[in-house]
Amino acid sequence: MAQDGKRERDRPWIMRTYSGHSTAAASNELYRTNLAKGQTGLSVAFDLPTQTGYDADDPLARGEVGKVGVPISHIGDMRALFDGIPLDQMNTSMTINATAVWLLSLYIATAEDQGVDPRVLRGTTQNDIIKEYLSRGTHIFPPAASMRLITDLITYTVDEVPKWNPINICSYHLQEAGATPTQELAYALVTAIGVLDAVKATGRIPEAEFGKVVGRISFFVNAGIRFVEELCKMRAFVELWDRVTQERYGVTDPKQRRFRYGVQVNSLGLTEQQPENNVIRIVLEMLAVTLSKDARARAIQLPAWNEALGLPRPWDQQWSLRTQQILAYETDLLEYDDLFTGSEVVKAHTQDLVESAWAEVQEVLKRGGAVEAVESGYIKQRLVESNAARLRAIEAGEQIVVGVNKFVESEPSPLTENLDEAILTVDPKVDADQRAALARWKETRDNDAVDKALAELQRVAKSDENMMVPSIAAAHAGVTTGEWANLLREVWGEYRAPTGVSGASVKTAATGANAETVARLRDRIHALEASMGRRPKMLVGKPGLDGHSNGAEQIAIKARDVGFDVVYEGIRVSPEQIVASALEEGVHLIGLSILSGSHLALVPEVMKRLRAAGLGDVPVVAGGIIPEADAERLRQEGVAAVYTPKDFELDNIMSDLIDLVDRQHAAE
Amino acid sequence: MPLSDIAEDAQQVMSANKAAVSRALNLVEDRRAESHARVAELLAALKDAPKAAGGHRVGLTGPPGVGKSTLTSVLARGLRLRDRTVGVVAVDPSSMRSGGSLLGDRARMSFDPTDNGLFVRSLATAGEVGGLAYAANSSVRVLGAAYDTVIIETTGVGQSEIDIVHVADTVVLVIQPGSGDVLQFLKAGIMEIPDILVVNKADQDELARRAVADLRGALRTAHAVGAGGAQDGAWETPIVATSATKGSGIDELIAQLDAHRKHVETALLARRRRGEVQWTLDLFIRKHGEHGVSTLGGRRLLKARAERELDGGETPLSLCEQLSREYVAALGQTA
Repeated sequence: MAQDGKRERDRPWIMRTYSGHSTAAASNELYRTNLAKGQTGLSVAFDLPTQTGYDADDPLARGEVGKVGVPISHIGDMRALFDGIPLDQMNTSMTINATAVWLLSLYIATAEDQGVDPRVLRGTTQNDIIKEYLSRGTHIFPPAASMRLITDLITYTVDEVPKWNPINICSYHLQEAGATPTQELAYALVTAIGVLDAVKATGRIPEAEFGKVVGRISFFVNAGIRFVEELCKMRAFVELWDRVTQERYGVTDPKQRRFRYGVQVNSLGLTEQQPENNVIRIVLEMLAVTLSKDARARAIQLPAWNEALGLPRPWDQQWSLRTQQILAYETDLLEYDDLFTGSEVVKAHTQDLVESAWAEVQEVLKRGGAVEAVESGYIKQRLVESNAARLRAIEAGEQIVVGVNKFVESEPSPLTENLDEAILTVDPKVDADQRAALARWKETRDNDAVDKALAELQRVAKSDENMMVPSIAAAHAGVTTGEWANLLREVWGEYRAPTGVSGASVKTAATGANAETVARLRDRIHALEASMGRRPKMLVGKPGLDGHSNGAEQIAIKARDVGFDVVYEGIRVSPEQIVASALEEGVHLIGLSILSGSHLALVPEVMKRLRAAGLGDVPVVAGGIIPEADAERLRQEGVAAVYTPKDFELDNIMSDLIDLVDRQHAAE
Repeated sequence: MPLSDIAEDAQQVMSANKAAVSRALNLVEDRRAESHARVAELLAALKDAPKAAGGHRVGLTGPPGVGKSTLTSVLARGLRLRDRTVGVVAVDPSSMRSGGSLLGDRARMSFDPTDNGLFVRSLATAGEVGGLAYAANSSVRVLGAAYDTVIIETTGVGQSEIDIVHVADTVVLVIQPGSGDVLQFLKAGIMEIPDILVVNKADQDELARRAVADLRGALRTAHAVGAGGAQDGAWETPIVATSATKGSGIDELIAQLDAHRKHVETALLARRRRGEVQWTLDLFIRKHGEHGVSTLGGRRLLKARAERELDGGETPLSLCEQLSREYVAALGQTA
């Protein structure tokens, strides 16, 4: 068919790169460069203060401004971000959740300023707060308020911004949190069901038009290295979504039942060791979501080869974009119909996944649905257990990771010869600059208009009207991200989600080398307890706004399993809180986990406050994506040890921790 | 810390110096035989703390998942708003296999780290006797010397529900709407009647109303079958509906706590002493059974001895250990 040149090539998926850093102006420049290189859409990464509703001048934002994304405080920042980029021609994906209503309002207001009718805007707000409670940790409000914001955004856009994807149900972060393919399918589907049921319950959408809402639901999926299974997983998604939309919501139009999804290829499995191998991993993972025409992604963003080392540079991102372009434009993939129709193997595995996922969907629905199963901790606990099993398999060598637990010998890599230059560093001045710019903004805006807009926001928040309307007005009036979120915090309160670690049971081998190691560690803890009079007690803290808690959770569970008493505080605690907890709990050891790259600001801050509280003797270790040069600086500050993704052998870490407590005890 | 520093530290504890309170809590958790004298010295020094006599020890118990940590956090905030200082002992279970524990209560609490009037210590149940943590009783005494109100939040399973009666002036049982088992246990008289009943997660009005009505019925039945309880006859257990996430019902809960504290005022010290005596005996019986009791001279004699020696500065734990040694020695003689 391809040879006679008759069949038209399919249109390629939208190609994006998840990016944004430092300031709106710097990110704007990056976006323009990327578009010039043939990128066909934008994917905005916001910094953590913007994602969690703080302005740059909030104490909690310290060290986080411009780090993992761009800071957007008000409409002035949003205008600068899209300066010279006509929004009527752009397809913009925004990774934004708790503050999605606000950031979309800023986007719509900016479009209106550009003279663009919101009805033509195309793009996606992630807006899936359920998975924030489970994995990503940027939620702000309690579940009921979060569900209200989600449904407000959906019911507003379905008529007013009809080409917008109002929610991207994320199975991506579930896989990152440890979900098996079955769990990924099931928990994403129950989230979608929870959202659609909630939309239905608002009564804002006439029965006959409900299919329109269903047709706007899209998904955001992860593609891991077991690419045959991942391929089957995507086919199972298509089948299950068709079933849900037809049976539960009675949607008759097949177009509205279509499973539409975007992909960020797995960053979790990328390795710090021999990082050049990640390029091959990324390609294979991309195949899983492109090979099946019947279950092909509509938009793809690829990570960069060096993401386990730090922030990628423009050149690293370009390499990933070229990878997509080669598959879409050079190869003949887009010239064929579905390659797997008729494959018995693919069909059988897809059916297995469909059935096991459907059973787990029923289990969650039996427990009252997604929101209930989040609040009770059921889903989180299942994820924590799966992740512990995955890490144990890697540690035991049952799951091979090339260059990590097998084939580890390597020639010196020319790519990482100068490691500190192989990643991007954010200018520490960004923080202060953004604060100064914010102060100027607040001085020059019309504060009466701001007060009026905030009063209207408050009134609507207490009513059951749609929050989008006053939020767009507030965007035009010059209200800031922090003002918007703080006002709603006052009305709705804040929420600390279940950590899932307390009840997580982890099956450990009763015999074998691993069991012996664990038994030895337990004996050492026992001996320490006898000589100290108290069981060694450890505080696991996550300072800053970063909500990626998987690492901290796994360390906490492992430490419990070798016999530590472990105080785990959950995500988003300030250095002040960590020190207060260390003091009140009488701990022997503190572990800090930071993945947002703000370790150089936060860890020394904790150390300084510990010394001031008279706790300078308590050993501190840090873990996260910490480049070696930074690790050296932290050690100079007095940090006892620094762990990065290459330290996958938790038993070794535990042994170090016991050494630290032992040495400190001996010194006293 | 050496003995000479203990008096000084006790003073610091009484003025709610956080570092001193923390050190004192570390000390009472210390199980080494050589620390025993210092623990006794510290607790004796704290015995007549002005805060202790006027203070209030509140036990929060209830099945897992009813929102005890969140409720503790909201209750503590409510008390702080009334200018009362608060100490919290949050108890979590230890793993049977490793002996370690995950103390996760702080994760559900939000508090101001600069507040000197609030102190939270997590404790693992650790040890041979289930139920409350090894050092719970002593920890409550330390915190009681430093803060106006001490909240003891238990694991809500097994023996802790009974132990809490011996440690708290007021026992609060927390349940959520639809807790059928609790109703059945109460009705059958298997579960002791608490001083205050809280229906948490009462966000849905209809469900909460029904839960409160069901509880009233269960309490009536319980009284009819003559179920025992923490409270004395003149106190009628109130039922309070709260929503820890919305913060509703907290004012009423505090009002009921105050009312109960006032109700037990005259009998407070006797009640605390009774609790300690009872806990000492329970600990010993759980370890050595009725045979242990009869070997050491019978229940009445042991009780009298506990009353005497607890007055003399022993703690339930140290006394229980002493009795165990005597029992083991006696076994050795008869063998």
